[in-house]
Amino acid sequence: MRKAFINTLVELSERDERILLVAVDLGYTVVEPYQKAFPGRFVNPGVCEQNAVAMATGLAEAGFIPFVYSIAPFATARPYEFIRNGPALHQSAVRMVGVGGGFEYGPAGPTHFGIDDVGLMRLLTGTTIVTPADAAQAQSALRATWDLQGPVYYRLGKDDTYELPGLEGAFKLGSAQCLREGKDVCLISLGALARESEDACLVLEADGVQAGHILISSVEPFPAEMVIDKIAGVSLVVVAEAHVQAGGIGERIGTIIAENGLSCKLLRCNAGREWDGRSGSNMYCLERDGLTGTAIAAAIKDTLQSKNA
Amino acid sequence: MNYRRESQRDIRRLVLQMAYDAGVGHIGSALSVADILLALYEDVLNIPSPDDGERDRFVLSKGHAALALYAILHMRGWISAEDLQTYCGDNSTLGVHPDQVIDGVDFSTGSLGHGLSMAAGSALAARMQDSSRRVYALISDAECNAGSVWEAAMFCAHQELSNITAIIDCNGQQALGYTRDVLDLQPLASRWQSFGWHVEEVDGHDIDALSAAFAALTGTTQPRVVIANTVLGSGVSFMERLVHWHYWPMNQEQFKQALEEISGGET
Repeated sequence: MRKAFINTLVELSERDERILLVAVDLGYTVVEPYQKAFPGRFVNPGVCEQNAVAMATGLAEAGFIPFVYSIAPFATARPYEFIRNGPALHQSAVRMVGVGGGFEYGPAGPTHFGIDDVGLMRLLTGTTIVTPADAAQAQSALRATWDLQGPVYYRLGKDDTYELPGLEGAFKLGSAQCLREGKDVCLISLGALARESEDACLVLEADGVQAGHILISSVEPFPAEMVIDKIAGVSLVVVAEAHVQAGGIGERIGTIIAENGLSCKLLRCNAGREWDGRSGSNMYCLERDGLTGTAIAAAIKDTLQSKNA
Repeated sequence: MNYRRESQRDIRRLVLQMAYDAGVGHIGSALSVADILLALYEDVLNIPSPDDGERDRFVLSKGHAALALYAILHMRGWISAEDLQTYCGDNSTLGVHPDQVIDGVDFSTGSLGHGLSMAAGSALAARMQDSSRRVYALISDAECNAGSVWEAAMFCAHQELSNITAIIDCNGQQALGYTRDVLDLQPLASRWQSFGWHVEEVDGHDIDALSAAFAALTGTTQPRVVIANTVLGSGVSFMERLVHWHYWPMNQEQFKQALEEISGGET
């Protein structure tokens, strides 16, 4: 996803000279194509995320569109107040690019987990939040949003080879993608975790449960109407996200259900179990937090059984 | 205080009037930077109009001195007398800290340690756009407590941003005491020097000296910092160097006395 994103950024930069890449001393083997193509428009300010974001605010005031690239927590939590008082307050065209949403930096440990980034960005009014599910969607999402007037946060993954079945790179700002229809349960996934949710749907299908699946890649603006339309009449709505409950899309969907008086049960599958000091691969972390396809399917079946009991 | 310019009296009168009418403080900080702003806006900054893309940029990183900024923007004709009277009122754009919705304010500030980095981006942008415009950031001495200031300092020096000037309002005081007691900044000049900046120290109330320091080119690739030695509450004897006036508003009697002092008895 990240290489596809940078390659697309190179293409866009050939067309528009306002685009700059500010790589905050991260992105080895990823950002070099940009650096090579546009050495004068590539800035590495060193390990100083606050300065990078504020400096980008200054660049944007002069008409540039700077993309500030780092690992998800270092693109969001670390310089948070400078995003709040900079791009968010000024509504300037700064882009925060956070790589490794969820547990993609699992072995690096909790300092590198990207499990609260979306929630942090959701708190900043007027900030567009984009969470692509695969490389092709990262490219189309970038093409659809790079020149927005206000700030944008992109939550990217590292995997550049996986293709989410049925998606074919579709992206529309403010819209969700319906990946499958099903009457028994409606599964809603945040970005790249859709891969696990698709596996869950296959497990459920084998057990005779028909699950619909919706992908949320445009978190802000949130496709509320489309979600309402898809979950109306479904008795169980399941949200799966590699993100803590607070600030996640499960919280958003719970609010939509309550505010619209919808009659359904909500099951949330989130990251953020109590930290036990043990890290591991992305898959290890997803398993621990119950976010693999198998675990999501099992949680759904348990809930359906208890509902029917 | 013997003012060499009528405008030194005018800016102080406006600051005192706004603060008194609104019943708010930060008067000491505003008076501390009053002459720095006069030097910038009367002699140095090239700003044909606030929306001219090629204008010089100014960042009031110590946003709590906005009273003085509003006063000088009024003197330049960009804030009306009517708007000035709304200071700190309901539905006013003129709050305690400056917002970029105001004509003449390039960046919103208020959280210390933020402005110099934004100014660094402005300076880098000017160079990338092959523009001769210059960038000035006014920071407080206590603001140098913030690590982010030194991130920006390193960045500007490394990028050889000779088009940026940081101005330190060095009044030796901060919210809860003297800077030497809270978190000592000395040796301030050599610290900036060691970060790769060209350093000048001037009397922060001598407008001609300030203007000369701001306008000069370093002749090197170094960014420049002007340490302006100032007096908190400058011009009002009972405010000068008293931490109290970092925050406190004036009562009627104090306001009257302050006006008399800054007017040299000619109210």
